[in-house]
Formats: sequence, C-alpha cells, structure tokens
Amino acid sequence: MSDAYPDERLAELANELRGMVIAMLCHAQAGHPGGSLSAAEILAALFFSVMRIDPRHPDWEERDRFILSKGHAAPVYYAALARRGYFSEDTLQTYDELDSLLQAHPDRHCPGVDMSSGSLGQGLSVGLGMALGLRLKAIEARVFVVLGDGEQQEGQVWEAAMAAPKFGADNLVAIVDDNRIQLMGDTATIMPVDPIAEKWRAFNWHVLEVDGHDPAAIVNACAAAERAKGRPTVILAHTVKGKGVSFMEDTHEWHCAPVTEDLKEKALTELCVRKMRR
Amino acid sequence: MTEMLAMRDAYGQALVDLGERDKRVVAVDADLASSSKMNLFAEAFPERFFQMGIAEQNMTGVAAGLAAMGFIPFTNSFACFATCRTTDQIRVSIAQPKLPVVIGGAYSGLLGGKTGKTHQAIEDIAVMRALPNMTVVAPGDGVEVRKAVFAVADYGGPVYLRMTRDPSPLVFDEGYDFKIGRAVLVREGSDVTVITTGIMVGRAVEAADVLAAEGISVHLLHAHTVKPLDEQAVVAAAEKTGLVVTAEEHNIIGGLGGAVAEVLGEQRPTLMKRVGVLDVYSESAPNDDLLQKYGLTAGHIAQAARSLLERRAAPAQP
Repeated sequence: MSDAYPDERLAELANELRGMVIAMLCHAQAGHPGGSLSAAEILAALFFSVMRIDPRHPDWEERDRFILSKGHAAPVYYAALARRGYFSEDTLQTYDELDSLLQAHPDRHCPGVDMSSGSLGQGLSVGLGMALGLRLKAIEARVFVVLGDGEQQEGQVWEAAMAAPKFGADNLVAIVDDNRIQLMGDTATIMPVDPIAEKWRAFNWHVLEVDGHDPAAIVNACAAAERAKGRPTVILAHTVKGKGVSFMEDTHEWHCAPVTEDLKEKALTELCVRKMRR
Repeated sequence: MTEMLAMRDAYGQALVDLGERDKRVVAVDADLASSSKMNLFAEAFPERFFQMGIAEQNMTGVAAGLAAMGFIPFTNSFACFATCRTTDQIRVSIAQPKLPVVIGGAYSGLLGGKTGKTHQAIEDIAVMRALPNMTVVAPGDGVEVRKAVFAVADYGGPVYLRMTRDPSPLVFDEGYDFKIGRAVLVREGSDVTVITTGIMVGRAVEAADVLAAEGISVHLLHAHTVKPLDEQAVVAAAEKTGLVVTAEEHNIIGGLGGAVAEVLGEQRPTLMKRVGVLDVYSESAPNDDLLQKYGLTAGHIAQAARSLLERRAAPAQP
C-alpha cells in the first residue's frame, strides 16, 4: 500500500502507462494498442489506489485478486505491474519475446498475474471461483475482473453473471472497459450488447456507470461496490478505444496493429502534450 | 458369482471420505451430482459444494478459481460434457496454468443409461490426452475408483478422471498399490497381450478365461492411466508375447489404442489389434445390445486375440 499514488496523480500516471504501452508495442512490433489505451485509468486506479496488494509479496494470501479477462490488453497490465514494482521497467522490453514472463496474453507465472487469460469470456467464472474461495477461507479480500465490452458476447460471461448473485458474491467486482469497438468494427454493428446496464441489472447485479477515464470516479465506484452487501457489483466504465493518441482514438484499425517508430514518436509527443496540459 | 459395484457408488463414498480427510477438497457441479453420486459429498459438506446449474463452462472456470485459491476442486458432469463442452475452459483456465482441478467424467463410454449418442463419451480420452499438462485416469472398477480419487487429489495438477454408470465386476482387491502412471499386471501369460483401460478390464478378464479354456494364455496389463502411459510396462508386455490387443470403451482413434500404438511404433513395433468403437456414433439401446453391436464385449476381445494369433501363424505373403 505504501507505494500507492495519491488519487490526484492517477490521471498523470495513466498517461505514463500509455506511453509505456506504446513503447512496448513498437519494440515488439505486435500487440493490441486500442484496448490497452482505453483501460489505462482502470488499471491505474486499481493497482495504485483501490487494491490491497503488496508487490514485494505477490502471493500474499490476504491480497485482493485481479484478472484481466480481456487478456489482449496485457501491455497496459504489464506497464502497471512494472510501475507498481512487481518487476523492473526494463523487463517491459522483453514483452512477447522468447522465454519472457511477459507473454502476449497474461500468464499466471508472471508476478502479479493471478490468473492466465486470453481466450475471451473465461475470467469472470474464475473470478467467481476465487471469490468463493476467499469466503471459504474467511479472507476479507476482493476479486476484480476487467472485461471488454465485446467480450460480453461470449455466453460464458452470462453463465458467470447468473451464478455470482446466487452466491451473494459481494467480494466480486466486474469492470467493463466499455470502449464500444471490437476487432472488426463497432460492437453495436458486430453484435449489439446493449442495453448492457439493463442486462446486468436483470441478472441481479449492483450496476454502476462511470467515466472510465476519470480515475477518481473509478476509485469511488470501487468504494461503493465494497459498501454494497449481498450481491456482486459491475462497473460499466465508458471509455474511448485508443484513448490519448489521436490517430488511434475511436477506431477498430488500432485494435491490433504494430506501431512504427514514426508513429511511436508522434504518439509519445501527444501523450506528453496532454500530460503538460493538465 | 463375480461381485459387482457401480463406479459412481464407489466415487460418491470416496469423495466423502476424502473430504473428511482433506478440507481443501471442494466440489463444483453442473446439476448432475445425483447421477454421479457427488451428492453424497454435497450432503456431508454443504459449505464445500457449489451448485453451478446447467452451465459447464462456468463450472469449469469456477473450479479453476478455487484451485488458484489453494483448494482441490472436483468438477462434475457427464464425461461427454465435462470434456468436450468445456475443452477451451480446461485448456486455458486449467491445463495451461497447471491448476490442480480434477475433472470428473461420469457415464463415460456407451452405457449412459439408454441416453444415446448425445450423452455417450467416446472422444473424451483423445481430447484430454492431447492437452499438455493433463493427466488422464480411467479406473477399471469400483475399488480402483476409490484408490484413484485419493491419488488424484494428492497429485497437484490437472487430472481427467473417467468413470462409468452401471454396476460392473470387481477386478481388484483393496490390497494392490495404485500409482498414477503405473500400469497393473492383472494376469501373467505367454501367447497374446491384452492392454485395457477403464471398464474394459473386467471384460478382458472374462475374455482371458474363455481363451484359457481354448489353451491360449493371455498376458493382461491394465493401464488405468492413459496419460502418462506406463511406456516401460507397455513395451515389456509387448515383448512378452509379440502380439498386443488394446481394449477401451472409446473410439479406437486417439485413446488407449492410439497411445499404445504410438509407443510401440517408436520403441518396439508389434502386431496390434485395437478393440473399441470403430469411429462411429452409437445409438440408444439396452447395454448388452450396444456392447454387442459396437464390438465391446469379452467375445470381441477374445476374437481380436485369436485373429492376431492366426495372422502370426499364417505364412508370409509373397
């Protein structure tokens, strides 16, 4: 907890994570920029304010758990873990390389990664299993699962959504990175998931909606989730795909695409400008 | 008269005894606990039993989460659904992170209680065997089920445990030593080797008796663990007679027969005959009719053995 950031610095931190993501993806010449950039504030809020974790003891039994169910956003997860101190920032240069801890999709053997992911739709079920396990062990910790909005097209998400309220799993928090775009285009066109808040409500979840680029709003929603007893909470975090880099914003073209050196410089300049404006 | 016991009855009681001994053991069900007899565990330890409803994918993921928390979850469904409906969940959430989940497959093979091809599992061994990090155990009788339950709980990695529904002959006595990955020599013989997995061991014993009356001596090896296969025992059993029949209530592709052929093909090429379902989907019918039509009786094993002996005796083709 001692290395957590004051909440007013979270926005700045999120932008730094974005810069680390761009550098990583350029170095690897692979990866998913759009969904990594949209989740920067969510990861910043969770890892630097909300979650009770100890990077020096990644396996501390009483810790909060985290699952990046939208595993393709691994770069922003790794950036957050490195900045939080789970491993060195130099390690980020090994992303997606042979023998690296930092696999293209998160692998449980990496410090700070509580569960492997990558095949969409599976994380919420695993999170529910962890939440039930925490309760069985009488540990008062929570489980946070970040999903993509397109991921909600997977049927298993709704199997888990049906099950969690049955068990009154109020130690389970789902956060949907609702950036409205998936690989081939707009989620609304590919396969509409709306009305999404109504769906979660109908499944008996405590539903909160926030601006997913406002770290304080995310922190507050996580606190509200802790106060809501008897049922799980889902936070619908409205975001912009590719947030922070003008040419990546709000387009599916940058769902998965390599970043060239030129575009990296352009992106980093923009991110720096935005940071200075604050 | 051979004593009979249903594997599922042995399973339910073994789970209760295991749960008593080890508080880390939890059970996750997809509305079939009364079929598999996991309901005995549910009654004994309600706080450690999680009913997930008819949602096998979620059940499998929840089990992975519980395993990540240090528990030893047993999932529960029919073998066909437990493996094929959830293959990707098993692959990504259990096998890749090497989590110690025991995937319980009830009602494997053809004898699902007159349910037909939708509920019969003839691909499950092949599918589970192809997953890295996965161990595949198919006990041969109720005694072995009990031993297997305790062994897989201590194993510390992903296991597929394949069982059957109806009463079947008891082959083993309590005294023998069960080790995952170690095949059991059931009968010493000299003319032809039969290698079995799962419920076929009882039918193979029957076949060996029939063949013995004809003066044919069967060397019978039971591979309750299909993966990792006991390669040393398989090669030694093949060397003993030079002829190998494999027998499984499963497709002849990708199961025990395939596994034995892979080992012998590389280490000790041997004349073989695979007894199993001949790559077709079956149907709903009484047990005896199914076993007869789809080639899974003691008689089919005996006939396979005779055919190998005849092939060896026949003059070489020009």
